[in-house]
Amino acid sequence: MSLLIKNALLVDGAGEHGRGDVLINNGKIASLSGGEAATTIDGSGFVLTPALFDPHSHLRSPGQEVKEDLRSGLLAAAKGGYAAVVAMPNTEPAIQRPEDVRGLYQQASRLDGARLLLAAALTEEQQGRRLTPAGLLRQAGAVLLSDDGRSNDDAGVLARGLLYAAAASLTVAVHAEDTSLRGEGLMNDGALSAQLGIPGNPAEAEAARIARDLEVLRWAVRKAAPLGHQVRLYVQHVSSKRGAELIEMAHADKLPVYAEVTPHHLTLTAENWRSFDPVFKVAPPLREPEDVDALLRALESGVISSIGSDHAPHTRAEKERDLQNAPFGIPNIEVAFPLLFSELVDKRGFPLAKLIARMSDGPREALGMKEIRLRVGEVADLMLFDPGASRSVDPATFLSKARYSPWQGWRLKGWPLLTLLAGKEVWRDAALA
Amino acid sequence: MAALKHLLDFEGWRRSEVESLLETARLMEEVLERPMKKVPALKGFTIATVFFEPSTRTKTSFELAAKRMSADVVSFAVSGSSLSKGESYKDTLLTLQAMVLDAYVIRSPVAGMAHQAAGWLRGSVINAGDGRRAHPTQALLDAYTLLDELSQLEGKKIAIVGDIAHSRVARSNAELLPLLGADVWAAGPVGLLPEVLKGARLTSNLAEALSDADAVMVLRLQKERMQDGSLPSIREYISEYQITAERMNLARPGALLLHPGPMNRDLELAGTLAEGSHSRVERQVRAGEAVRMAVLYHLLVGRAA
Ligand SMILES: [Zn+2]
Repeated sequence: MSLLIKNALLVDGAGEHGRGDVLINNGKIASLSGGEAATTIDGSGFVLTPALFDPHSHLRSPGQEVKEDLRSGLLAAAKGGYAAVVAMPNTEPAIQRPEDVRGLYQQASRLDGARLLLAAALTEEQQGRRLTPAGLLRQAGAVLLSDDGRSNDDAGVLARGLLYAAAASLTVAVHAEDTSLRGEGLMNDGALSAQLGIPGNPAEAEAARIARDLEVLRWAVRKAAPLGHQVRLYVQHVSSKRGAELIEMAHADKLPVYAEVTPHHLTLTAENWRSFDPVFKVAPPLREPEDVDALLRALESGVISSIGSDHAPHTRAEKERDLQNAPFGIPNIEVAFPLLFSELVDKRGFPLAKLIARMSDGPREALGMKEIRLRVGEVADLMLFDPGASRSVDPATFLSKARYSPWQGWRLKGWPLLTLLAGKEVWRDAALA
Repeated sequence: MAALKHLLDFEGWRRSEVESLLETARLMEEVLERPMKKVPALKGFTIATVFFEPSTRTKTSFELAAKRMSADVVSFAVSGSSLSKGESYKDTLLTLQAMVLDAYVIRSPVAGMAHQAAGWLRGSVINAGDGRRAHPTQALLDAYTLLDELSQLEGKKIAIVGDIAHSRVARSNAELLPLLGADVWAAGPVGLLPEVLKGARLTSNLAEALSDADAVMVLRLQKERMQDGSLPSIREYISEYQITAERMNLARPGALLLHPGPMNRDLELAGTLAEGSHSRVERQVRAGEAVRMAVLYHLLVGRAA
């Protein structure tokens, strides 16, 4: 099977490369200057990029298939322009044994959509006490270790976890919030939470935990370096200005820390809570405009090198409860790219190549994988999108089971038209002739 | 006055609207003074009380208010445990709506529930208390009680004392009383004060708040504040913030003493004060009924003639 995408603008994490005719053959990029192909797509007016890579998604399998399952989650991801998704292990039961990992890969091998990659729990039942077998999980194909959904309260366990993960060439991802400072907090702690009488979750809870985790990382690096192991800490969903500052300081110290930001923390703020709609309930919480600005600057400078969706689907009924009883989490994998293309690139002049870098190269690098570039011989994990036509966010059209959205009704550009996974079409929009 | 559909809080309310409502409450109180305490004003209307947390006093007050105006009343207790884990509150409320109801009196331990319900339901929603956020009929009855004796609140100093951070009564009064011209102060221990209280001046210095106050509103102290660590010591609270006869002397002579109830005697308030000459606690209860009659009437029928 060969495919020719003609006359699309070529953009990858390294920059914009003008128009080209990209020939895909045997799952790889065979040429950037045309050639014979069984099928041809006219890419005029569209942009071709490496497909997106989501380092942080909640696909809810096993055990919570009422919220999402592998089939719906992987299709939704492909529709969103993602060729691969890392699913978090906070399932029921948690993904924590090598056989859990193998079993899920086996299920996914029969499904369409994006490629499934698995994060496994760092500790048993994600309780933060006993470590899981990093080496065996790696052998089974886990690409990341994380107790996401919970914070790692025990610093000693996290420290040793970083060491064992490093020995297995795995990154450890952390949900960094100090549990006791966070308390019962639901929304960002500040003047607005005080006014609305809603329990606040302060930015300091995130900053305090990031600061501690960076010292834990320093310890692990000191222990691992003589043995030649590469420690990598991945800080998920940084939401605050102070959080980004701490990451920047750690980079100045050459600490191997990678930081992530989510589409919702870049586009929504605590102000949205005036609606009292649990659709905005997420942890860490939506912050202030000055946090959003700081996150954008950090994303542009590379202090934050990765955008993870933190796609966290729940049933509509669960989100139609009161603010306390509705669960935390925002589903977004189908709108993440058009949202960020519209709000960052189109409206704020954020460079497109940089957005692609943060949604593809950055997460890969954090997991110890190499980036994907538009060059001959590269695997054809590609996305074609339309930078011009705008469309409203309509949750009724979602492939995810979570058919609601905090961005409902937003008019966005940049909808993915085609997603290729090793040359194979995993998403094609009806708008693409 | 534009017809108000819901009473959720006082955001967007104008002084004239509040005054008109309180004026109606005065007419309603006349009804309560008659031997035959019933008028046909809401005959044919059906009002539901939907309580996500138990509160006998507030519920009884609303039900009585509705019945005095000849409305039919149905009550639903929706405890967290009666709702299954994944059950939609919206679906639960829409099931009630199918019974053809005109107004919903909603009480919840969680902020925002009344707003959410107002977005889901066709009828009027009256917030009977949502978490720490708002308790507008309590604030209205407080204002009514104060106006009864102070005749107007312009420039009057009102001190709210106690657990301000967790109090919907404090939030609603801080919203409402300044609308009527009052100068509102809120005092409590530092761990029980919010970052801001719109409409009020915050202080941990009780004497400053009480000094020359025209009225003192004492809040109920929840014992769970000890468990969550926001209050280290009840003994220390009593020693520094309990309202005593001596401390009432810091206020103006004859200052009014209010409490939303139920009271922890000898905790937030020295036991003897509740029955003393300052106290208007009993007055508040009757004002509550009149105010709730007025609210139901305003929302369902419109402005009083
Ligand atoms: Zn998380």
